[in-house]
Amino acid sequence: MTAVKKIPKDDVVIEGLTGDAAIAHALKQCDVDVLAAYPITPQTIIVEDFQKFAADGEVKTKVIPVESEHSAMSACVGASAAGARVATATASAGLALMWEILYCAASMRMPIVLTIANRALSAPINIHNDHSDSYGARDSGFIQIYTQSCQEAYDTTIMAFKIAEDHDVLLPIMVCIDGFILSHNVERVEMLPDDAVADFLGIREPVQPLDPNNPITMGPLALTDYYFEFKEQQDRAIKNVPDIFKRVEAEFEKMTGRSYGMFETHKTEDADIIILTHSTAGGTAKVVADTLREQGEKVGVVRLRMFRPFPSEEIAEVVKNAKAVAVFEKCLSFGGAGNPLAMELRTALYHLAERPMVTDFVIGLGGRDVPPTTFVEGYEKTKEYLKKGEAPSYETLGVRK
Amino acid sequence: MSEKFDEIPMAGNIIEPGNAIEYKTGGWRAERPIHIAEKCLWVKNGTCGLCWIYCPDNAIRLIEKDGKYIHEFDYDYCKGCKICYTECPTDAIVMESE
Repeated sequence: MTAVKKIPKDDVVIEGLTGDAAIAHALKQCDVDVLAAYPITPQTIIVEDFQKFAADGEVKTKVIPVESEHSAMSACVGASAAGARVATATASAGLALMWEILYCAASMRMPIVLTIANRALSAPINIHNDHSDSYGARDSGFIQIYTQSCQEAYDTTIMAFKIAEDHDVLLPIMVCIDGFILSHNVERVEMLPDDAVADFLGIREPVQPLDPNNPITMGPLALTDYYFEFKEQQDRAIKNVPDIFKRVEAEFEKMTGRSYGMFETHKTEDADIIILTHSTAGGTAKVVADTLREQGEKVGVVRLRMFRPFPSEEIAEVVKNAKAVAVFEKCLSFGGAGNPLAMELRTALYHLAERPMVTDFVIGLGGRDVPPTTFVEGYEKTKEYLKKGEAPSYETLGVRK
Repeated sequence: MSEKFDEIPMAGNIIEPGNAIEYKTGGWRAERPIHIAEKCLWVKNGTCGLCWIYCPDNAIRLIEKDGKYIHEFDYDYCKGCKICYTECPTDAIVMESE
Protein backbone atom coordinates (compact mmCIF):
# COMPACT_ATOMS: atom_id res chain seq x y z
CA MET A 1 0.00 0.00 0.00
CA THR A 2 1.28 3.44 -0.88
CA ALA A 3 1.57 6.03 1.86
CA VAL A 4 -1.41 8.32 2.02
CA LYS A 5 -0.67 11.86 0.95
CA LYS A 6 -2.56 15.08 1.38
CA ILE A 7 -4.53 15.77 -1.78
CA PRO A 8 -3.60 19.15 -3.30
CA LYS A 9 -6.50 21.59 -3.46
CA ASP A 10 -6.35 21.85 -7.23
CA ASP A 11 -6.96 18.11 -7.60
CA VAL A 12 -10.23 18.27 -5.68
CA VAL A 13 -13.38 18.53 -7.79
CA ILE A 14 -16.15 20.57 -6.20
CA GLU A 15 -19.73 19.98 -7.30
CA GLY A 16 -23.23 20.57 -6.04
CA LEU A 17 -24.60 17.09 -5.39
CA THR A 18 -27.58 15.53 -3.69
CA GLY A 19 -26.83 12.96 -0.99
CA ASP A 20 -27.80 10.20 -3.39
CA ALA A 21 -25.58 11.57 -6.17
CA ALA A 22 -22.68 12.01 -3.75
CA ILE A 23 -22.96 8.35 -2.79
CA ALA A 24 -23.23 7.28 -6.44
CA HIS A 25 -20.01 9.19 -7.20
CA ALA A 26 -18.29 7.59 -4.22
CA LEU A 27 -19.36 4.11 -5.36
CA LYS A 28 -18.07 4.88 -8.85
CA GLN A 29 -14.66 5.84 -7.49
CA CYS A 30 -14.54 2.83 -5.18
CA ASP A 31 -14.32 0.61 -8.29
CA VAL A 32 -17.19 -1.64 -7.22
CA ASP A 33 -17.12 -5.00 -9.02
CA VAL A 34 -20.79 -5.86 -8.59
CA LEU A 35 -23.81 -3.75 -7.75
CA ALA A 36 -27.17 -5.51 -7.47
CA ALA A 37 -30.11 -3.34 -6.54
CA TYR A 38 -33.83 -2.77 -6.84
CA PRO A 39 -35.13 0.79 -7.05
CA ILE A 40 -36.97 2.33 -4.09
CA THR A 41 -37.58 5.94 -3.13
CA PRO A 42 -35.67 7.88 -1.79
CA GLN A 43 -32.60 5.80 -2.61
CA THR A 44 -33.43 5.55 -6.34
CA ILE A 45 -30.99 8.19 -7.60
CA ILE A 46 -28.01 6.29 -6.19
CA VAL A 47 -28.64 3.32 -8.45
CA GLU A 48 -30.03 5.45 -11.28
CA ASP A 49 -26.83 7.52 -11.41
CA PHE A 50 -24.68 4.45 -11.06
CA GLN A 51 -26.52 2.73 -13.92
CA LYS A 52 -25.69 5.79 -16.03
CA PHE A 53 -22.00 5.44 -15.17
CA ALA A 54 -22.21 1.78 -16.16
CA ALA A 55 -24.07 2.48 -19.42
CA ASP A 56 -21.58 5.18 -20.33
CA GLY A 57 -18.65 2.86 -19.67
CA GLU A 58 -17.33 4.96 -16.80
CA VAL A 59 -17.24 1.94 -14.49
CA LYS A 60 -16.36 -1.69 -15.05
CA THR A 61 -19.01 -2.78 -12.57
CA LYS A 62 -21.38 -5.66 -13.31
CA VAL A 63 -24.76 -4.15 -12.51
CA ILE A 64 -27.45 -6.75 -11.78
CA PRO A 65 -31.00 -5.39 -12.00
CA VAL A 66 -32.81 -7.92 -9.84
CA GLU A 67 -36.54 -8.45 -9.24
CA SER A 68 -36.60 -7.68 -5.52
CA GLU A 69 -34.47 -6.54 -2.61
CA HIS A 70 -34.34 -10.08 -1.27
CA SER A 71 -32.65 -11.02 -4.54
CA ALA A 72 -30.49 -7.88 -4.50
CA MET A 73 -28.88 -8.81 -1.21
CA SER A 74 -28.68 -12.47 -2.27
CA ALA A 75 -26.79 -11.52 -5.44
CA CYS A 76 -24.53 -9.30 -3.34
CA VAL A 77 -23.76 -12.18 -0.99
CA GLY A 78 -22.92 -14.44 -3.93
CA ALA A 79 -20.67 -11.87 -5.57
CA SER A 80 -18.98 -11.00 -2.29
CA ALA A 81 -18.38 -14.71 -1.66
CA ALA A 82 -16.53 -14.87 -4.97
CA GLY A 83 -14.26 -12.08 -3.72
CA ALA A 84 -15.83 -9.09 -5.43
CA ARG A 85 -16.16 -5.59 -3.99
CA VAL A 86 -19.92 -5.24 -3.71
CA ALA A 87 -22.45 -2.50 -3.00
CA THR A 88 -26.20 -2.03 -3.01
CA ALA A 89 -28.69 0.55 -1.82
CA THR A 90 -32.20 0.50 -0.42
CA ALA A 91 -34.70 2.06 1.99
CA SER A 92 -37.74 1.28 4.10
CA ALA A 93 -39.80 -1.59 2.68
CA GLY A 94 -36.86 -2.60 0.51
CA LEU A 95 -34.70 -3.09 3.58
CA ALA A 96 -37.53 -4.99 5.21
CA LEU A 97 -37.67 -7.35 2.24
CA MET A 98 -33.89 -7.87 2.50
CA TRP A 99 -34.23 -8.93 6.12
CA GLU A 100 -33.46 -12.62 5.85
CA ILE A 101 -30.38 -12.05 3.72
CA LEU A 102 -29.07 -9.20 5.90
CA TYR A 103 -28.40 -11.81 8.56
CA CYS A 104 -26.79 -14.12 5.97
CA ALA A 105 -24.51 -11.31 4.74
CA ALA A 106 -23.31 -10.57 8.26
CA SER A 107 -23.05 -14.18 9.42
CA MET A 108 -21.22 -15.25 6.27
CA ARG A 109 -18.86 -12.31 6.86
CA MET A 110 -19.44 -10.54 3.54
CA PRO A 111 -18.07 -6.97 3.51
CA ILE A 112 -20.94 -5.51 1.47
CA VAL A 113 -21.58 -1.76 1.55
CA LEU A 114 -25.31 -1.06 1.81
CA THR A 115 -26.29 2.58 1.48
CA ILE A 116 -29.67 3.46 2.95
CA ALA A 117 -31.84 6.52 2.47
CA ASN A 118 -33.72 6.24 5.74
CA ARG A 119 -37.47 6.16 5.21
CA ALA A 120 -40.51 5.31 7.33
CA LEU A 121 -42.07 1.86 7.18
CA SER A 122 -45.65 1.15 6.08
CA ALA A 123 -48.50 1.38 6.97
CA PRO A 124 -49.75 3.92 6.09
CA ILE A 125 -47.37 4.05 3.17
CA ASN A 126 -44.98 6.97 3.57
CA ILE A 127 -41.88 7.87 1.61
CA HIS A 128 -40.35 10.35 4.04
CA ASN A 129 -37.63 10.14 6.63
CA ASP A 130 -37.43 8.41 9.95
CA HIS A 131 -35.11 5.70 11.25
CA SER A 132 -37.52 2.82 11.81
CA ASP A 133 -36.06 0.90 8.86
CA SER A 134 -32.40 0.66 9.81
CA TYR A 135 -33.02 0.66 13.59
CA GLY A 136 -35.03 -2.47 12.97
CA ALA A 137 -31.95 -4.06 11.43
CA ARG A 138 -29.76 -3.16 14.39
CA ASP A 139 -29.35 -6.82 15.45
CA SER A 140 -28.60 -8.12 11.95
CA GLY A 141 -24.84 -7.89 12.47
CA PHE A 142 -24.31 -4.96 10.08
CA ILE A 143 -22.14 -2.03 11.09
CA GLN A 144 -24.32 1.12 10.98
CA ILE A 145 -23.12 4.67 10.36
CA TYR A 146 -25.47 7.66 10.11
CA THR A 147 -24.38 10.79 8.28
CA GLN A 148 -25.38 14.44 8.46
CA SER A 149 -24.23 15.99 5.17
CA CYS A 150 -23.69 15.05 1.53
CA GLN A 151 -19.94 15.46 2.04
CA GLU A 152 -20.04 13.14 5.02
CA ALA A 153 -22.11 10.62 3.02
CA TYR A 154 -19.52 10.70 0.23
CA ASP A 155 -16.58 10.36 2.61
CA THR A 156 -18.21 7.67 4.73
CA THR A 157 -19.12 5.55 1.70
CA ILE A 158 -15.47 5.48 0.65
CA MET A 159 -14.26 4.66 4.16
CA ALA A 160 -16.98 2.02 4.55
CA PHE A 161 -15.30 -0.36 2.09
CA LYS A 162 -11.98 -0.12 3.90
CA ILE A 163 -13.58 -0.79 7.28
CA ALA A 164 -15.78 -3.65 6.07
CA GLU A 165 -13.06 -5.37 4.04
CA ASP A 166 -10.46 -5.24 6.83
CA HIS A 167 -9.54 -8.82 7.75
CA ASP A 168 -10.15 -8.14 11.42
CA VAL A 169 -13.72 -7.08 10.59
CA LEU A 170 -15.17 -8.71 7.45
CA LEU A 171 -18.68 -7.50 8.12
CA PRO A 172 -21.25 -5.69 5.99
CA ILE A 173 -21.87 -2.02 6.67
CA MET A 174 -24.82 0.33 6.30
CA VAL A 175 -24.15 3.96 5.39
CA CYS A 176 -27.32 5.89 6.20
CA ILE A 177 -28.57 9.22 4.92
CA ASP A 178 -31.89 10.83 5.77
CA GLY A 179 -34.44 10.25 3.02
CA PHE A 180 -35.19 13.43 1.05
CA ILE A 181 -33.65 15.70 3.72
CA LEU A 182 -30.23 14.57 2.55
CA SER A 183 -30.89 12.19 -0.33
CA HIS A 184 -32.53 14.90 -2.47
CA ASN A 185 -30.93 18.11 -1.20
CA VAL A 186 -28.04 19.62 -3.12
CA GLU A 187 -24.95 20.52 -1.10
CA ARG A 188 -21.37 21.42 -1.88
CA VAL A 189 -19.30 18.24 -2.10
CA GLU A 190 -15.53 18.05 -2.49
CA MET A 191 -14.64 14.97 -4.50
CA LEU A 192 -11.28 13.28 -4.45
CA PRO A 193 -9.38 12.38 -7.60
CA ASP A 194 -10.16 8.84 -8.80
CA ASP A 195 -6.62 7.58 -8.28
CA ALA A 196 -6.53 8.89 -4.70
CA VAL A 197 -9.58 6.79 -3.84
CA ALA A 198 -8.10 3.80 -5.69
CA ASP A 199 -4.83 4.12 -3.74
CA PHE A 200 -6.68 4.60 -0.44
CA LEU A 201 -8.85 1.50 -0.86
CA GLY A 202 -6.61 -0.78 -2.89
CA ILE A 203 -8.13 -3.97 -4.26
CA ARG A 204 -10.18 -6.18 -1.98
CA GLU A 205 -8.23 -9.15 -0.70
CA PRO A 206 -10.77 -11.87 0.09
CA VAL A 207 -9.85 -14.31 2.85
CA GLN A 208 -11.72 -17.41 1.73
CA PRO A 209 -13.31 -16.77 -1.68
CA LEU A 210 -15.26 -19.21 -3.80
CA ASP A 211 -12.73 -20.73 -6.19
CA PRO A 212 -13.34 -23.71 -8.52
CA ASN A 213 -9.72 -24.81 -8.06
CA ASN A 214 -10.05 -24.84 -4.31
CA PRO A 215 -13.66 -25.71 -3.59
CA ILE A 216 -15.19 -24.76 -0.24
CA THR A 217 -18.73 -24.70 1.12
CA MET A 218 -20.17 -21.46 2.50
CA GLY A 219 -23.23 -21.02 4.67
CA PRO A 220 -23.77 -24.70 5.47
CA LEU A 221 -25.78 -26.17 8.32
CA ALA A 222 -24.56 -25.68 11.88
CA LEU A 223 -26.81 -26.91 14.64
CA THR A 224 -26.55 -27.18 18.41
CA ASP A 225 -22.95 -28.35 18.21
CA TYR A 226 -21.33 -25.44 16.28
CA TYR A 227 -23.76 -22.56 15.65
CA PHE A 228 -22.98 -20.78 18.92
CA GLU A 229 -19.22 -20.77 18.19
CA PHE A 230 -19.83 -18.98 14.88
CA LYS A 231 -21.88 -16.33 16.70
CA GLU A 232 -18.98 -15.91 19.12
CA GLN A 233 -16.68 -15.25 16.13
CA GLN A 234 -19.13 -12.70 14.74
CA ASP A 235 -19.49 -10.93 18.07
CA ARG A 236 -15.73 -10.58 18.39
CA ALA A 237 -15.46 -9.30 14.81
CA ILE A 238 -17.88 -6.42 15.40
CA LYS A 239 -16.00 -5.50 18.56
CA ASN A 240 -12.91 -4.95 16.39
CA VAL A 241 -14.73 -2.25 14.43
CA PRO A 242 -13.91 0.83 16.58
CA ASP A 243 -10.15 0.28 16.30
CA ILE A 244 -10.25 -0.32 12.56
CA PHE A 245 -12.67 2.59 12.12
CA LYS A 246 -10.28 4.96 13.90
CA ARG A 247 -7.32 3.77 11.85
CA VAL A 248 -9.21 4.19 8.57
CA GLU A 249 -10.47 7.65 9.56
CA ALA A 250 -6.97 8.74 10.57
CA GLU A 251 -5.67 7.71 7.16
CA PHE A 252 -8.57 9.46 5.43
CA GLU A 253 -7.90 12.59 7.45
CA LYS A 254 -4.28 12.65 6.30
CA MET A 255 -5.54 12.64 2.74
CA THR A 256 -8.45 15.08 3.06
CA GLY A 257 -8.20 16.91 6.37
CA ARG A 258 -11.66 15.55 7.24
CA SER A 259 -12.66 13.06 9.91
CA TYR A 260 -15.87 12.59 11.86
CA GLY A 261 -15.39 10.11 14.70
CA MET A 262 -17.83 7.55 16.05
CA PHE A 263 -19.79 10.57 17.22
CA GLU A 264 -19.40 14.32 17.09
CA THR A 265 -19.42 16.45 20.23
CA HIS A 266 -20.53 20.06 20.17
CA LYS A 267 -20.06 22.26 23.27
CA THR A 268 -20.46 19.30 25.61
CA GLU A 269 -17.59 20.02 28.00
CA ASP A 270 -19.38 22.17 30.56
CA ALA A 271 -22.92 21.33 29.47
CA ASP A 272 -25.65 20.66 32.03
CA ILE A 273 -27.95 19.21 29.41
CA ILE A 274 -26.64 17.30 26.41
CA ILE A 275 -28.79 16.57 23.39
CA LEU A 276 -28.19 13.16 21.80
CA THR A 277 -29.42 12.66 18.26
CA HIS A 278 -28.04 11.82 14.84
CA SER A 279 -28.19 12.33 11.07
CA THR A 280 -29.61 15.62 9.78
CA ALA A 281 -31.38 16.34 13.06
CA GLY A 282 -27.87 16.69 14.49
CA GLY A 283 -27.37 19.83 12.41
CA THR A 284 -30.57 21.39 13.75
CA ALA A 285 -29.61 20.41 17.29
CA LYS A 286 -26.26 22.19 17.02
CA VAL A 287 -27.90 25.40 15.79
CA VAL A 288 -30.37 25.21 18.68
CA ALA A 289 -27.54 24.65 21.14
CA ASP A 290 -25.67 27.70 19.79
CA THR A 291 -28.75 29.90 20.17
CA LEU A 292 -29.49 28.62 23.67
CA ARG A 293 -25.84 29.18 24.62
CA GLU A 294 -26.23 32.83 23.61
CA GLN A 295 -29.04 33.02 26.15
CA GLY A 296 -26.75 31.60 28.82
CA GLU A 297 -28.02 28.02 28.74
CA LYS A 298 -25.35 25.36 29.29
CA VAL A 299 -26.27 22.96 26.54
CA GLY A 300 -24.28 20.74 24.20
CA VAL A 301 -24.88 18.12 21.52
CA VAL A 302 -23.64 14.63 20.85
CA ARG A 303 -24.33 13.71 17.26
CA LEU A 304 -24.02 9.95 17.02
CA ARG A 305 -22.57 8.44 13.86
CA MET A 306 -21.94 4.85 14.72
CA PHE A 307 -25.02 3.09 16.06
CA ARG A 308 -23.58 -0.42 15.56
CA PRO A 309 -21.32 -1.19 17.27
CA PHE A 310 -22.62 1.32 19.81
CA PRO A 311 -19.73 3.30 21.38
CA SER A 312 -21.06 2.85 24.93
CA GLU A 313 -17.95 3.63 26.95
CA GLU A 314 -16.93 6.64 24.89
CA ILE A 315 -20.39 8.21 25.03
CA ALA A 316 -20.73 7.51 28.75
CA GLU A 317 -17.40 9.27 29.26
CA VAL A 318 -18.62 12.38 27.40
CA VAL A 319 -22.02 12.72 29.07
CA LYS A 320 -21.37 11.38 32.56
CA ASN A 321 -20.95 14.81 34.16
CA ALA A 322 -24.05 16.35 32.64
CA LYS A 323 -27.25 16.64 34.67
CA ALA A 324 -29.37 15.24 31.88
CA VAL A 325 -29.16 13.82 28.38
CA ALA A 326 -32.12 14.59 26.13
CA VAL A 327 -32.45 11.95 23.42
CA PHE A 328 -34.23 12.92 20.20
CA GLU A 329 -34.92 9.93 17.98
CA LYS A 330 -37.00 9.14 14.93
CA CYS A 331 -38.25 5.70 15.87
CA LEU A 332 -40.83 4.15 18.15
CA SER A 333 -40.21 0.74 19.65
CA PHE A 334 -43.82 -0.15 20.28
CA GLY A 335 -44.27 -1.58 23.74
CA GLY A 336 -40.56 -1.45 24.53
CA ALA A 337 -38.93 -0.39 27.79
CA GLY A 338 -37.66 2.56 25.78
CA ASN A 339 -37.00 3.54 22.20
CA PRO A 340 -33.87 2.28 20.42
CA LEU A 341 -31.48 5.21 20.93
CA ALA A 342 -32.48 5.98 24.52
CA MET A 343 -32.37 2.30 25.38
CA GLU A 344 -28.75 2.10 24.18
CA LEU A 345 -27.80 5.22 26.12
CA ARG A 346 -29.51 4.13 29.35
CA THR A 347 -27.72 0.79 29.16
CA ALA A 348 -24.41 2.55 28.48
CA LEU A 349 -24.89 4.68 31.61
CA TYR A 350 -26.28 2.04 33.95
CA HIS A 351 -22.94 1.08 35.51
CA LEU A 352 -22.22 4.66 36.63
CA ALA A 353 -22.76 5.37 40.32
CA GLU A 354 -24.15 8.80 39.46
CA ARG A 355 -25.97 8.93 36.19
CA PRO A 356 -27.42 11.87 34.29
CA MET A 357 -31.19 11.80 33.86
CA VAL A 358 -32.15 10.49 30.40
CA THR A 359 -35.19 11.99 28.72
CA ASP A 360 -36.41 10.50 25.46
CA PHE A 361 -38.31 12.39 22.77
CA VAL A 362 -39.66 10.62 19.72
CA ILE A 363 -39.71 13.09 16.84
CA GLY A 364 -40.19 13.33 13.11
CA LEU A 365 -41.95 10.04 12.36
CA GLY A 366 -42.91 9.70 8.69
CA GLY A 367 -40.92 12.80 7.82
CA ARG A 368 -42.80 15.14 10.17
CA ASP A 369 -40.71 18.32 10.17
CA VAL A 370 -38.37 18.75 13.13
CA PRO A 371 -37.89 22.52 13.44
CA PRO A 372 -35.55 24.07 16.04
CA THR A 373 -38.60 24.69 18.26
CA THR A 374 -39.05 20.93 18.70
CA PHE A 375 -35.58 20.73 20.22
CA VAL A 376 -36.27 23.78 22.39
CA GLU A 377 -39.48 22.17 23.61
CA GLY A 378 -37.66 18.98 24.55
CA TYR A 379 -34.91 20.98 26.19
CA GLU A 380 -37.37 22.99 28.28
CA LYS A 381 -39.20 19.81 29.29
CA THR A 382 -35.91 18.24 30.34
CA LYS A 383 -35.14 21.26 32.53
CA GLU A 384 -38.58 20.90 34.13
CA TYR A 385 -38.06 17.17 34.75
CA LEU A 386 -34.67 17.91 36.33
CA LYS A 387 -36.38 20.28 38.75
CA LYS A 388 -39.01 17.66 39.56
CA GLY A 389 -36.39 14.93 39.80
CA GLU A 390 -38.30 12.57 37.53
CA ALA A 391 -39.15 12.16 33.86
CA PRO A 392 -41.45 9.95 31.80
CA SER A 393 -39.66 7.07 30.07
CA TYR A 394 -40.37 8.78 26.74
CA GLU A 395 -42.80 11.10 25.01
CA THR A 396 -43.67 12.09 21.46
CA LEU A 397 -43.01 15.64 20.25
CA GLY A 398 -44.47 17.36 17.21
CA VAL A 399 -47.58 15.19 16.97
CA ARG A 400 -51.13 16.53 17.34
CA LYS A 401 -52.41 15.15 20.63
CA MET B 1 -16.76 -31.26 18.49
CA SER B 2 -14.71 -29.90 21.34
CA GLU B 3 -13.17 -27.09 19.23
CA LYS B 4 -13.45 -23.55 20.52
CA PHE B 5 -14.69 -20.61 18.41
CA ASP B 6 -11.17 -19.76 17.23
CA GLU B 7 -10.29 -23.32 16.31
CA ILE B 8 -12.88 -23.66 13.54
CA PRO B 9 -13.09 -21.98 10.11
CA MET B 10 -14.73 -18.58 9.78
CA ALA B 11 -18.51 -18.42 9.41
CA GLY B 12 -18.96 -22.17 9.27
CA ASN B 13 -17.16 -22.45 5.95
CA ILE B 14 -16.24 -26.00 5.03
CA ILE B 15 -12.77 -25.56 3.63
CA GLU B 16 -12.13 -29.12 2.43
CA PRO B 17 -14.36 -30.67 -0.23
CA GLY B 18 -15.76 -34.18 -0.03
CA ASN B 19 -15.99 -34.46 3.71
CA ALA B 20 -19.63 -35.55 3.92
CA ILE B 21 -18.18 -39.06 4.35
CA GLU B 22 -17.18 -38.05 7.88
CA TYR B 23 -20.82 -37.48 8.78
CA LYS B 24 -22.35 -40.88 9.44
CA THR B 25 -26.10 -40.65 9.08
CA GLY B 26 -26.98 -44.29 9.80
CA GLY B 27 -28.12 -43.25 13.25
CA TRP B 28 -31.14 -41.51 11.72
CA ARG B 29 -32.57 -44.89 10.69
CA ALA B 30 -35.79 -46.12 12.26
CA GLU B 31 -36.09 -49.20 10.03
CA ARG B 32 -33.25 -51.31 8.67
CA PRO B 33 -33.33 -52.89 5.18
CA ILE B 34 -32.58 -56.61 5.17
CA HIS B 35 -31.44 -58.37 2.03
CA ILE B 36 -32.83 -61.77 0.99
CA ALA B 37 -30.16 -63.21 -1.32
CA GLU B 38 -32.31 -66.03 -2.72
CA LYS B 39 -34.75 -63.54 -4.31
CA CYS B 40 -32.18 -60.99 -5.59
CA LEU B 41 -31.58 -60.71 -9.35
CA TRP B 42 -28.11 -59.24 -8.83
CA VAL B 43 -27.04 -62.23 -6.77
CA LYS B 44 -28.71 -64.61 -9.20
CA ASN B 45 -27.24 -63.30 -12.49
CA GLY B 46 -25.68 -59.84 -12.02
CA THR B 47 -28.65 -57.91 -13.44
CA CYS B 48 -31.26 -55.39 -12.14
CA GLY B 49 -29.34 -53.18 -9.68
CA LEU B 50 -32.40 -50.90 -9.20
CA CYS B 51 -31.71 -50.59 -5.45
CA TRP B 52 -28.18 -49.33 -6.22
CA ILE B 53 -29.49 -46.88 -8.85
CA TYR B 54 -32.17 -45.41 -6.59
CA CYS B 55 -30.30 -45.27 -3.26
CA PRO B 56 -29.90 -41.52 -2.52
CA ASP B 57 -27.05 -42.11 -0.08
CA ASN B 58 -24.78 -44.49 -2.03
CA ALA B 59 -25.43 -46.92 0.82
CA ILE B 60 -25.75 -50.01 -1.38
CA ARG B 61 -22.72 -51.83 -2.71
CA LEU B 62 -23.03 -54.30 -5.61
CA ILE B 63 -19.84 -56.33 -5.77
CA GLU B 64 -18.60 -58.77 -8.37
CA LYS B 65 -15.84 -61.06 -7.11
CA ASP B 66 -14.53 -64.33 -8.54
CA GLY B 67 -17.63 -64.77 -10.70
CA LYS B 68 -19.94 -64.28 -7.67
CA TYR B 69 -22.33 -61.37 -7.19
CA ILE B 70 -22.52 -59.93 -3.67
CA HIS B 71 -25.02 -57.36 -2.31
CA GLU B 72 -24.17 -55.23 0.77
CA PHE B 73 -25.80 -52.37 2.68
CA ASP B 74 -23.58 -49.67 4.16
CA TYR B 75 -25.37 -49.15 7.45
CA ASP B 76 -23.11 -46.19 8.35
CA TYR B 77 -24.98 -44.08 5.79
CA CYS B 78 -28.31 -45.86 5.16
CA LYS B 79 -31.01 -43.62 6.63
CA GLY B 80 -33.72 -46.27 6.22
CA CYS B 81 -35.65 -44.30 3.59
CA LYS B 82 -37.18 -47.48 2.09
CA ILE B 83 -36.62 -46.46 -1.52
CA CYS B 84 -34.72 -49.71 -2.25
CA TYR B 85 -37.45 -51.67 -0.52
CA THR B 86 -40.09 -49.90 -2.68
CA GLU B 87 -38.20 -50.30 -5.96
CA CYS B 88 -37.08 -53.92 -5.65
CA PRO B 89 -39.06 -55.90 -8.29
CA THR B 90 -38.63 -59.24 -6.56
CA ASP B 91 -39.26 -58.24 -2.91
CA ALA B 92 -35.69 -59.16 -2.06
CA ILE B 93 -35.49 -56.34 0.49
CA VAL B 94 -37.58 -56.25 3.66
CA MET B 95 -37.61 -53.65 6.44
CA GLU B 96 -37.09 -54.45 10.10
CA SER B 97 -37.55 -52.12 13.01
CA GLU B 98 -34.22 -50.99 14.53
